[in-house]
Amino acid sequence: MKSIIKFWENLFSHKEQRAALIPHNTVAGRSLVIVIAIMSFLASLTMGAVFLISEAAGNWSSSVSSELTVQIRPVMGKDIDRDVQVVANLLTNYQGLTDVRIISKKESERLLEPWLGTGLSLNDLPIPRLVLAKFSKQTKPNLAALKKNLEEKIPQASLDDHAHWIGRLVAMARTVVVGAIIILVLVLTAMVLAVSFVTNGTMSSNSEVINVLHFVGAKNAFIAKEFQSHFLGLGLRGGLMGGAFAAIAFLSSSQIFPLLSDGASGDQVNALFGSTSLSLSGYISIGMVSVLAALLTALASRLILMRHLKSLW
Amino acid sequence: MAAFRSQGLAEPISGVNLVRFENVGVRYGSGNEILRDISFTIEPNSFQFLTGPSGAGKTTLLRLVLLSLKPTRGLISLFGSNVAELKKNELTELRRRIGVVFQDFRLLDHLTTYENVALPLRVQGKDESSYRAEVQELLQWVGLGHRIHVLPPTLSGGEKQRAAIARALIVRPELLLADEPTGNVDPSLARRLLRLFVELQKSGTSVLIATHDLSLMDQFDYARRMVLSDGRLIVYD
Ligand SMILES: Nc1ncnc2c1ncn2[C@@H]1O[C@H](COP(=O)(O)OP(=O)(O)OP(=O)(O)O)[C@@H](O)[C@H]1O
Ligand SMILES: [Mg+2]
Repeated sequence: MKSIIKFWENLFSHKEQRAALIPHNTVAGRSLVIVIAIMSFLASLTMGAVFLISEAAGNWSSSVSSELTVQIRPVMGKDIDRDVQVVANLLTNYQGLTDVRIISKKESERLLEPWLGTGLSLNDLPIPRLVLAKFSKQTKPNLAALKKNLEEKIPQASLDDHAHWIGRLVAMARTVVVGAIIILVLVLTAMVLAVSFVTNGTMSSNSEVINVLHFVGAKNAFIAKEFQSHFLGLGLRGGLMGGAFAAIAFLSSSQIFPLLSDGASGDQVNALFGSTSLSLSGYISIGMVSVLAALLTALASRLILMRHLKSLW
Repeated sequence: MAAFRSQGLAEPISGVNLVRFENVGVRYGSGNEILRDISFTIEPNSFQFLTGPSGAGKTTLLRLVLLSLKPTRGLISLFGSNVAELKKNELTELRRRIGVVFQDFRLLDHLTTYENVALPLRVQGKDESSYRAEVQELLQWVGLGHRIHVLPPTLSGGEKQRAAIARALIVRPELLLADEPTGNVDPSLARRLLRLFVELQKSGTSVLIATHDLSLMDQFDYARRMVLSDGRLIVYD
């Protein structure tokens, strides 16, 4: 941590303009910056996607899990209207539930119209009826107890709190996130390997410089620092570049998406993703991925450097 | 002729010998031994030439002293400590007490003359303001005052040599190793540089100069001579 602060100080202080001990043209600088930028771009995209998906999943589950539905199947010889009323009363008096609403027979018929057509008398058809209730904000209802209670009183009523759906959504989102994290790790591993190759190459083209530095009394740590500050600089440039491009990509997609997808398809996109724009924490995590790329670059080069220097006498 | 003989299990006399070789042998890879049974000491504040025909192993012997080559057998101690038992950091500490002029100079081509000469101080983490004047003065002294800010590839052979000498002297080493330090300069400059080394020795540094310039050695005939031939060392005090 100290060395990072020192590095920044050196980066911005102009009191001493000294030639680098490691000649810049011996480091495959620009191509390494590009490799790091591409890797950090891909990693940031993945990270952003993780955020989009997990936030969308959060939206689905919070909107769906804020209400429950009780379905009452008609049974021959029983008065369904009475059953509906019993259920509604039960829900109204139940702790943690508010806004109990009975879907009237008329409404139920209207809901079925698209499938059955108009002008059909549904009086004779056994149509199940629904009662909705919202979860109150203060207390959480005890759903298991409610379910038991309902089944005892009205056996033909079934409670649906959408937990099944939410469970599947969450599982899917989790799978996607795990996959994304694997991709993230792979991308960063590839980046570290690229940095290792370049570090090795830089060291062999600088072996004379390293030898001379040893003879004039330089400690390994000093030599490593000379190389490392160089690599940290390259890593920061590449990492931030890639992160910036990813951020721009997310920003512009959140601007462009609504334009492209107007009307129904737009609604679908919105329904699925909630919104296509990344939250602030998403952008922050992209920034962190970029910095991580820079730190990994510095760390990888340092490990290889120290191993090489230790192998010299 | 008084070749140094090691006295069996002599106690390590720290502070007495700057360098002490006991029956040192070295070979490169699996070839023949280049140096065999080399035993000698270098006392503080002494002046000696190391000579011998080309290929005799002068540079190899200097590399042993400089800790850039490990002996295949025998014992080397520097400033009283056995180099085989040294830790990395102690190694660096010892190197900082030794100044070295390489036969091929080994200046860093991307640094200016000034930066090359200042390098030993810079790697010790010293602040530039603390040594700038000193470095410039030394460069003036070796006649490179007008070449301070040029890169080594644009220096002549003799100028490079003087820059290399200045780099070795800047830390005021306790031991100066110089490999053919007069190989690229005219005889009068060679004498001047030699006198510089003599001055250095008078101020307390031990000097070991590898050369095969006999006429030069004859001008400093009070110096100790170490002669390498056929892989063995004979010392004339
Ligand atoms: N790195 C090396 N690998 C293998 N053999 C080497 C190596 N360095 C030197 N030699 C061999 O060791 C022998 C001694 O070399 P060295 O450079 O020590 O001689 P020298 O006395 O300094 O010669 P010169 O006066 O020409 O500088 C030579 O035969 C040389 O070929
Ligand atoms: Mg030589």
